[in-house]
Amino acid sequence: MPTFEYAPAPESRSVVDLASSYGLFIDGEFRDSDGGSVFKSISPATEEVLAEVTEASAADVDRAVAAARRAYERTWSRLSGTDRGKYLFRIARILQERSREFAVLESLDNGKPIRESRDVDVPMAAAWFFYHAGWADKLEFASLGENPRPHGVVGQVIPWNFPLLMLAWKIAPALATGNTVVLKPAETTPLTALLFAEVCQQAELPPGVVNIVTGAGATGQAIVEHGGVDKVAFTGSTAVGKQIARSIAGTRTKATLELGGKAANIVFDDAPVDQAVEGIVNGIFFNQGHVCCAGSRLLVQESVAEEVEERLKRRLATLRVGDPLDKNTDVGAINSRAQLDRITELVEVGEAEGATRWSPECELPANGFWFRPTVFTGVSQTHRIAQEEIFGPVLSVLTFRTPQEAVAKANNTPYGLSAGIWTDKGSRILWMADQLRAGVVWANTFNKFDPTSPFGGYKESGYGREGGRHGLGAYVRTGADG
Amino acid sequence: MSRVDVRKTYKLFIGGKFPRSESGRSYEVFSAGRGRRFLANAAQGSRKDARDAVRAARAALPGWAGATAYNRGQVLYRVAEVMESRRTQFVAEVQAAEGVTAARAEATVSAAIDRWVWYAGWSDKYAQVLGGLNPVAGPYFDISAPEPTGVVAALAPQRSSLLGLVSVVAPIVVAGNTAVVLASEERPVPAITLAEALATSDVPGGVINLITGRTAEVAPWLASHLDVNAIDLTGAADAQDVSWGELEAAAAENLKRVLRPAGSDEQAVEPDFAPVPGLHRLEAFLETKTVWHPKGR
Amino acid sequence: MSSQTVTAEATERARDILGVTRLTNQALSGWLHGLPGVDEVGADARAATLGTRSIKTTAKAWAIDTAISMIDLTTLEGADTAGKVRSLCTKARTPDPAHLDTPRVAAVCVYNDMVAVAREAVAGTGVNVAAVSTAFPSGRASIAVKLADTRDAVEAGADEIDMVIDRGAFLSGRYLHVFEEIAQVRQACRRDGDAPDAHLKVILETGELVTYDNVRRASWLAMLAGADFIKTSTGKVSPAATLPVTMIMLEAVRDWRALTGEMVGVKPAGGIRSSKDAIRHLVVVNEVAGEEWLTPQWFRFGASSLLNDLLLQRHKLATGAYSGPDYVTID
Repeated sequence: MPTFEYAPAPESRSVVDLASSYGLFIDGEFRDSDGGSVFKSISPATEEVLAEVTEASAADVDRAVAAARRAYERTWSRLSGTDRGKYLFRIARILQERSREFAVLESLDNGKPIRESRDVDVPMAAAWFFYHAGWADKLEFASLGENPRPHGVVGQVIPWNFPLLMLAWKIAPALATGNTVVLKPAETTPLTALLFAEVCQQAELPPGVVNIVTGAGATGQAIVEHGGVDKVAFTGSTAVGKQIARSIAGTRTKATLELGGKAANIVFDDAPVDQAVEGIVNGIFFNQGHVCCAGSRLLVQESVAEEVEERLKRRLATLRVGDPLDKNTDVGAINSRAQLDRITELVEVGEAEGATRWSPECELPANGFWFRPTVFTGVSQTHRIAQEEIFGPVLSVLTFRTPQEAVAKANNTPYGLSAGIWTDKGSRILWMADQLRAGVVWANTFNKFDPTSPFGGYKESGYGREGGRHGLGAYVRTGADG
Repeated sequence: MSRVDVRKTYKLFIGGKFPRSESGRSYEVFSAGRGRRFLANAAQGSRKDARDAVRAARAALPGWAGATAYNRGQVLYRVAEVMESRRTQFVAEVQAAEGVTAARAEATVSAAIDRWVWYAGWSDKYAQVLGGLNPVAGPYFDISAPEPTGVVAALAPQRSSLLGLVSVVAPIVVAGNTAVVLASEERPVPAITLAEALATSDVPGGVINLITGRTAEVAPWLASHLDVNAIDLTGAADAQDVSWGELEAAAAENLKRVLRPAGSDEQAVEPDFAPVPGLHRLEAFLETKTVWHPKGR
Repeated sequence: MSSQTVTAEATERARDILGVTRLTNQALSGWLHGLPGVDEVGADARAATLGTRSIKTTAKAWAIDTAISMIDLTTLEGADTAGKVRSLCTKARTPDPAHLDTPRVAAVCVYNDMVAVAREAVAGTGVNVAAVSTAFPSGRASIAVKLADTRDAVEAGADEIDMVIDRGAFLSGRYLHVFEEIAQVRQACRRDGDAPDAHLKVILETGELVTYDNVRRASWLAMLAGADFIKTSTGKVSPAATLPVTMIMLEAVRDWRALTGEMVGVKPAGGIRSSKDAIRHLVVVNEVAGEEWLTPQWFRFGASSLLNDLLLQRHKLATGAYSGPDYVTID
């Protein structure tokens, strides 16, 4: 029994008012499906059914795209930037006002710790709307090119790791630039998107500007391949990203793809070591490692490898794994059975390949989907756990001797989303940043996001950027663009 | 029998508080247009009030300049929200101060609220528009970014009592500067109400300080004050007994950044504040800082 | 044991730890500057995250009582009198006369000339007497005066000596000077025969050291010179104890134990006024240094007004209703 045992500190669920079933949010109203079926959204921490959700059919997608087109032509593209901005400001404020409700629902549906949904996902989603609200009437200042104007209808498909936040990343810039939206949340995490639909109603956003259709892969495919969609924005797996790239090939549809990653977090011998350890922990155990830019490969300089591993293990022993709604939980539930199976499989491969597996002692709940924070040492670039995206709380530790070797190993992957550098030497940070083939490079920090800061990958981590001026550019045509 | 009103005392706004003028003076303010009627005894601010205001603005500077751009944006947006809730009062006061129709006053107040929103949106964007990476010929990381210039004194427009005032103040403070503002001499009432809105929004005390009084009396003290970093002379147009050239000459002593009034030659003209402004007011009170750092192993 | 030997011992041990044949300023400087740096932003973020821990019900009750038992109840005013010190001592032994299950505090902390008064007032209660010596709070006096000051307090019966380091010397890189002063004050804490030595708490005055790198280096320097405790502040300089500073000092004692096997205590002092703040500190102790430090032997709060806030929270937990300042005693 620990000396200082933290008593359970669960966040109350009472703030969330869930319906037993949800329709599709099309043209400003919740509507029944036309020929679609239903599926259940469960809490990954308890496997309890939270609500029944509609699996949209192709006909539903048609209706949603048509509603978005109407809204684009009749209202949204005719509004001034100032007025578009005001709607986005309203949405930002409502998200702030209803923050607790969103945080609790996100943790329920996704399994992430309430501390993260409360302190990261929801406030940042609001910030995303706030930032883009300000751009709506300033597009001509953004150096996007001559005469920036919207594409029209944007089809957006988002993943389950940051359901509300990814929605904000997609919808805020699309609306700010004058597009209308058909968005599909992931099938395991649709609930905050449906609550967001209510926010659109509260904000009196004109009907059809935002349409939310729930469903799985087929629904997503129907959206991205729909002839009425002018631009596609997708965040998810590299495999699906490649399918999308193929399906729009030869058409005039534009795409932004934010895909997988296998980021290197590089620790030099002169690193601020306590903060580096925090950065390693944050890099791979934040959000159960369900982060495309997770620092899943730790590259540590050989001269300090042992010390860093020791400190890391001591730190991991203090991680609190369990009930996502407990305010002291650091690591929550794995989002789905399928994802748990995938993690389990790759971890077994890692062991079979000869890497050394370690996890801190911690009790896991009986129900739900759980995986202990796991560290593999003695990993080589040749191991599958150093190559494949695990998308779970699993860290592979590799070593290096020189900056060149660190760069070579960090870049030795088809992915290129992010990287981390830990050293007290400024010039080395900037040299390393130049060499790394990654869209985001964090120095002496990790997993930092901001609406003003562009995010996106090199190579098979996708193309296009989200956030900042650059993210805005993805949602406008300029000059002689058709 | 009709009720006898409780009338309001109009005071200065310095360091987040509402003091009377240390001079103990006030001056009569009347409505514009037809039927000139008494509106208020406005506090007649003195050079010492201006001095106190500069001190308050200087004290508030580190906190405000050091706040995140996101935070400043939220604060400016909050001002718009609070003004919206006092819309009726602003409309009535603008109508009285400027002698315009109710419809015109409505439009003016709407534009003033929207101006705060417009600048709120700029808080976390102007650095991206005005700054950037410089591709120098060598192994250096080299970046230029705008920073606030410091304490800015401003002569608010004499005619446009609210929209003009907001159009002058918002670009100063959105970038992290703090402001000492001389309100329109003849039309100070909307400015005082704006101060009340500022005091009940999230603007930290001292970030915006507002002095009512005689422009010709107080402006020279601000122009020559060595702890003021910049001065906006927009309100020199139509100000009684004010020469903007003399103020600019006084400002040269510590090389204050000077935003000259609109117009040509020595003539000063109050601009039309209705159109959406560009970036020139914001840029006027920014310094550009360039940082070099080597890149090497 | 002659006092000369103690200083020699400290030097010998330091040579051993540094792996040098002669303890020079250069050797100390190289060693201290070889410690890993502290990234300020990352350290602040870590402390802030730990600060979000939600300590409720049974955990809160435990934390409140533990915090009370860790307090060095302090009065350090020019206006202090024997009467004031006696009443403080009464409060120290019985913090809450209406609830006698309330633990007593760890110590009372007073100026040197009040040690005898305090000693008598807490006799037999288990409450220690701590004295601030060495020309507290500035430390701007000759070493002779500082040693005389310390011996004076030790002879008057102080159980604990809270000394200040020479921040001027530290900031100008004269680490050996700081080391030697601490070692000599430590030797002045010795008592002859079987009488226990006074425990030495070394005040770094982190508000004057400013950077976290300095806090880390000063912590290691003090431990090397023989500190039993490292303490953040005198309470006379702002900022005093902050959560990140305490955290960095806890990292230092944790790493010192890994290196030498010895435990050193930590005492944040000044600025901790609320129960919430005290509990945050206990969380940091728990998760950064480890639960072995969660006793008054290894962790203290230098505070005065904190005690009553803890008592108010204790009432709230017991009755479910918020209490008020009229229901705790002022001494």
